[in-house]
Amino acid sequence: MSSPAQIETREAVAEIGDKYKYGFVTDIEMDMAPKGLSEDTVRFISAKKGEPEWMLEWRLAAFRRWLTMKEPKWARVHYPQIDYQDSYYYAAPKNTPLKQSLDEVDPKLLETYKKLGIPLNEQMALAGVAVDAVFDSVSVATTFKEKLNEAGVIFCPISEAIRDYPELVKKYLGTVVPVTDNFFATLNSAVFSDGTFVYVPKGVRCPMELSTYFRINASETGQFERTIIVADEGSYVSYLEGCTAPKRDVNQLHAAVVELVALDHAEIKYSTVQNWYPGDENGKGGIYNFVTKRGDCRGDHSKISWTQVETGSAITWKYPSCILRGDHSVGEFYSIAIANHFQQADTGTKMIHLGANTKSRIISKGISAGKAQNTYRGLVSVYGKAKNARNYTQCDSLLIGGACGAHTVPYIESRNPTARIEHEATTSKIAEDQLFYCLQRGIPQDEAVSLIVNGFCKEVLQQLPMEFAVEAQKLVGISLEGSVG
Amino acid sequence: MLEIKNLHVCVGDKPILKGLTLSIQPGQVHAIMGPNGSGKSTLSYVLAGRAGYDITEGAIAYNGEDLAAMPPEQRAAKGVFLAMQYPVEIPGVTTMTFLKTALNAQRRTRGESDLDAIGVLKLVRAKAKALNVSEEMLKRALNVGFSGGEKKRLEILQMSLFEPKLAILDETDSGLDIDALKLVAEGVNALRSPERAMLVITHYQRLLDYIVPDRIHVLAGGRIVAEGGKELALELEAKGYEHIVGQDSIKRSA
Repeated sequence: MSSPAQIETREAVAEIGDKYKYGFVTDIEMDMAPKGLSEDTVRFISAKKGEPEWMLEWRLAAFRRWLTMKEPKWARVHYPQIDYQDSYYYAAPKNTPLKQSLDEVDPKLLETYKKLGIPLNEQMALAGVAVDAVFDSVSVATTFKEKLNEAGVIFCPISEAIRDYPELVKKYLGTVVPVTDNFFATLNSAVFSDGTFVYVPKGVRCPMELSTYFRINASETGQFERTIIVADEGSYVSYLEGCTAPKRDVNQLHAAVVELVALDHAEIKYSTVQNWYPGDENGKGGIYNFVTKRGDCRGDHSKISWTQVETGSAITWKYPSCILRGDHSVGEFYSIAIANHFQQADTGTKMIHLGANTKSRIISKGISAGKAQNTYRGLVSVYGKAKNARNYTQCDSLLIGGACGAHTVPYIESRNPTARIEHEATTSKIAEDQLFYCLQRGIPQDEAVSLIVNGFCKEVLQQLPMEFAVEAQKLVGISLEGSVG
Repeated sequence: MLEIKNLHVCVGDKPILKGLTLSIQPGQVHAIMGPNGSGKSTLSYVLAGRAGYDITEGAIAYNGEDLAAMPPEQRAAKGVFLAMQYPVEIPGVTTMTFLKTALNAQRRTRGESDLDAIGVLKLVRAKAKALNVSEEMLKRALNVGFSGGEKKRLEILQMSLFEPKLAILDETDSGLDIDALKLVAEGVNALRSPERAMLVITHYQRLLDYIVPDRIHVLAGGRIVAEGGKELALELEAKGYEHIVGQDSIKRSA
């Protein structure tokens, strides 16, 4: 049955496997692909994951496509040219040696955990300290899994899904964000190392909030995550990504792809709290967060809601979007983007109204401090068949200090005269009299800034699941510490 | 409790207070009266520690400590309270959240433990009733959409909640009709105590009908130009500021 090409692939994989064996197995800490990006790298990753051939072919097709593509330059962000051959595309962080005690962990990191109010056991888990003795994460994960199994919900690492549910993965992978979508999405398609797969069957209301938090030990997320969430007819799922703990990633580029599919009468709520390393006060280091997230309201009366709290990363390039294909479908985007010091954020959403009576709502709160630049970039597009489409957009910017910038770039396209599109935008500063009032009542400066900014962001924070709203509030404060001189 | 000696204050390059001396003992209520631009609000801000109000000469001792050396939030924790002429709005922050944050921040600065949400709620409810501050008001964003009377009542509620040692009331009567004024004045009078000093700043005599001071100081041109008992307010009312301020300028030129 095997074609010559497939045989060749297998041989190539075997060969790389051997290389790997000699080069790396002796030293577990170095569980990495060879530096650089080539078809071999792609094969290496696929082999590491024990993937079927169709998956490898899919990756290789993406890689070949990527070679013909150019990095997008339209965002209002500036960074030195990335050398894609100077990176590692596969590093298994699982094998990083566990630290024996918290004494070995960067005290700055622990300070942040403490401020976030993360319990000690979890602090240890997040910082990569051996926690088996004190924190039985395995049992937590097990009870969790049993409950989901009962409901018929699939929630697993995507590499596991490719193995165990190939038909489901094939049916949805790349159908929302096509392989050819954009430079970073195509790169992700070629080299994604892991991510999450969720399938909620017909009529099922997922019995709990799903979160990567719970599987922190089960499967560490890599640089190039690929996440697919499918809500079948009449189902509901709420998913939270990120665990609000700073991840000091040594690698610079983070290019994830998230695809959501909501069928008839289904609803997906996707919340992100992003707190990647933003670089230091002088703009050194930090993550480039170039992420493609898109939801497809494929069925009638379906709903997809994005909520994001973006406080980290040196550069954020991210536009979680909704394709409102089904009639009466609803898309929502609630965003808080905080940029301090030298951070640059270019973020927003796209609401593509294809179906009739579709509705979208965009609430964006941008906060700039230090020398940061914060851009809201959004597109509301109403197609010819989307009669009675409705959109409401509200973009508020808050400036702290005089050296930062806020920009709003809304694009609106309407090809249907019955559409109604509303756009409101405001820009304000934290007023000196507000700060003085707080100080006079005994509230120290940093706490006052946090209070005022949290008030400014309230409409978005309210959208977060309760337990994460509290952490997000604290995070807002922490990320702006010292922003008023 | 409060000893201000020869205080000179500039805002930018502009001298506003030019040698103000004032002394207040615990249990006393002093009133500062004066025409517009005489430096009344500057005095209240400099006592509270607002940025941009620079002391160029003189000293402020508060319970024997150098008040000027303390950051504003520390002054608050040590019992200095300023009821503001224009209370600010903070959108999205409920009044209750603000009160809890402020109360616990002060406690923390003093080395006391935080009160939990229920503890704060009980405390605020007990104090709010007397000032006719409704539950509904406490749920609204701080001062957003509040009427003039509501804003001032909320200031007095905070005063009652934080139990300051030195309360400064800056033009608390401004923007109030007579009913609202009476309510606020009753609230203030209820807080008079042998341990607490108050400095009531006002342009008009009318507030002093309700909050009767022990001593009145007339501020003009950045200095105290006249002092006296409560009857001084009536004299001012009858003859106007010009009478007293004018006399002073004659004295100075003589």
